[in-house]
Amino acid sequence: MMRQWISLLGLLALSGVAMAADAVGATEKQATNWHAIIMFCLFVAMTMGITYWAASRTKSTADFYTAGGGITGFQNGLAIAGDYMSAATLLGLTAMVFGQGYDGYIYMMAFFAGWPVILFLMAERLRNLGKFTFSDITAYRLDQGKVRTMAAISSLTVVCFYLIAQMVGAGQLIKLLFGLDYNIAIFAVGILMMVYVTFGGMVATTWVQIIKACMLLSGGTLVMILAMSQFDFSFSKLMDNAMSVHKLGDKLMYPGGLLKDPVTAISLGLGLMFGTAGLPHILMRFFTVTDAKEARKSVLYASGFVAYFFNVIFLMGLSAIIIVGQNPEFFEGGDIGKKLIGGGNMVAMHLAKAVGGDMLLGFLAAVAFATILAVVSGLALAGASAISHDLYARVIMKGQASEASEIRVSKFATIVLGAIAIVLGILFETQNVAFMVGLAFGVAAAANFPVLILSMYWKGLTTRGALFGGYSGLVSAVLFVVLSKSVWVDVLHNAAPIFPYTQPALFAMPIAFLMAWIFSKSDSSVRASAEIEAFEDQYVRAQTGYGAAAASNH
Amino acid sequence: MSSAMYERMRGNPKFGELVAKRGRFAWTLAIIVLAMFYGFVMVVAFNPLSLGQPVAEGSRLTVGVAVELFMFIFFWVLTAVYVRRANTEFDALTQQIVQEAWKENK
Repeated sequence: MMRQWISLLGLLALSGVAMAADAVGATEKQATNWHAIIMFCLFVAMTMGITYWAASRTKSTADFYTAGGGITGFQNGLAIAGDYMSAATLLGLTAMVFGQGYDGYIYMMAFFAGWPVILFLMAERLRNLGKFTFSDITAYRLDQGKVRTMAAISSLTVVCFYLIAQMVGAGQLIKLLFGLDYNIAIFAVGILMMVYVTFGGMVATTWVQIIKACMLLSGGTLVMILAMSQFDFSFSKLMDNAMSVHKLGDKLMYPGGLLKDPVTAISLGLGLMFGTAGLPHILMRFFTVTDAKEARKSVLYASGFVAYFFNVIFLMGLSAIIIVGQNPEFFEGGDIGKKLIGGGNMVAMHLAKAVGGDMLLGFLAAVAFATILAVVSGLALAGASAISHDLYARVIMKGQASEASEIRVSKFATIVLGAIAIVLGILFETQNVAFMVGLAFGVAAAANFPVLILSMYWKGLTTRGALFGGYSGLVSAVLFVVLSKSVWVDVLHNAAPIFPYTQPALFAMPIAFLMAWIFSKSDSSVRASAEIEAFEDQYVRAQTGYGAAAASNH
Repeated sequence: MSSAMYERMRGNPKFGELVAKRGRFAWTLAIIVLAMFYGFVMVVAFNPLSLGQPVAEGSRLTVGVAVELFMFIFFWVLTAVYVRRANTEFDALTQQIVQEAWKENK
């Protein structure tokens, strides 16, 4: 069966995969991969069981949005790691190390370095001030209606772009790994996501993420150990071999073309670091734990898992240079140096096949599918809560909505978001969606993060300042990306980009901070001085956690 | 009710102590991480060749890999150090502040 699959793979002319941080390019449909499908069905059966159990525990809004605040630090750490490490982390970064060597490792550092900073400066304040969404914090002492509307708009922008990138990536990947039709794959992901979130809320979403994180960590570790055993677990031996066969040769371990100019390097660093601290689905995870103590522990565990797994991926990518890169079986027409079967993103999968056979390949493919499901579920929940908690309950109903109606709206919002995700996933099938992840991180870093951090740290922030800061960050991040090479040239096919850099953070973040500062400082309204005065109480609560939302009882 | 509680907590000298101690500690650690990370980014941007050198003659371990591996471990150790101190010393202090404010309330 598997022989057949591989030889069929060989026959299919596969289009190259445009590699970028989070997206997979167009791919050809493969023969049905039964190992992967059976293992994935086991995963779905298990998570459906959990969703059924979770549904009986999801009664209040607190249950729905934050699992009643009863998740432990360790569980949440795993769930955050599960939320943060998407399929692209596994496939994209392995491929990046395989192709570019050291550059991939630099990327991983940029993805990781935000976590300690989030812990030191944000985690406990987030938990002490927030309840369901991060706009609970930004709107704490500011105008509820206006600030929440803004936060909801930028959250939904982030969620939508991230969701499109994930859906298109998912469709391509599933077509490739499972041999399912693209549209069927999109529907499967969208519908499963709706079921998890509408029935199981945050409880089910959290457990999907935890299970997936365990699968990812164990699967990756197993592949890495099996691969390293071929080099007697010696890094020197691995490097000797890798450098002697890689096209970069001795330059394999030098920083290369990915970060060629300082502006791009710094802007990318800023965007990944502070974008992480502004992603609504990540921030939301901080409200699921009992108290600030557990919030801190979650970051400790999450960053430990992320750091560990990045190093596993680095070793996987390096050993793949020899194990996959020197094996004609994995190249089109058996020609080493030509295109990899299935495109660049298949490196991790080929490595699994090479070191562990069909079973391990099937397992890793199921992990990749599970990973996508976990990430889109987290995104959908974050988007739904921006609609139901911020827009419906607080802005439209002005805090007068009943819990039952708020939950109803959030479930309805999840279904609408799922439907939108399916439609957009199908519409964008052939588009290069690589820029959308950059855009999501850019908007998170430039619109969400500045307002959030200022509202926690700067007494002088007023509603007017927050609105100007947030909206200018949102608009400038989107504009910079649209005018950059990744959209203006690659998508809209213009000759030259108007904005010379592909990373918006270095430019959009200062704009947001500056606008927030100018329009707060110049705000002399009565309302502004009341808001500034209210900072004192907020400050004591942020520091002590007194008055913070408590875990609900079960 | 809350506002009066907050007022009393703010008036407690221990609150000042907590804020000063924890603030200093958190910012010191954050600045270490930011300085090392952006210092590293600067080296990547301005002196990439230095990162490709082996750490010792004939070694296959390069400076860049060694530095990054060190940062992965060191940053994580810093988070552990912070969590340990915050979850014991700072949380104990916080509890005292809240309890003392409650007592005054009665």
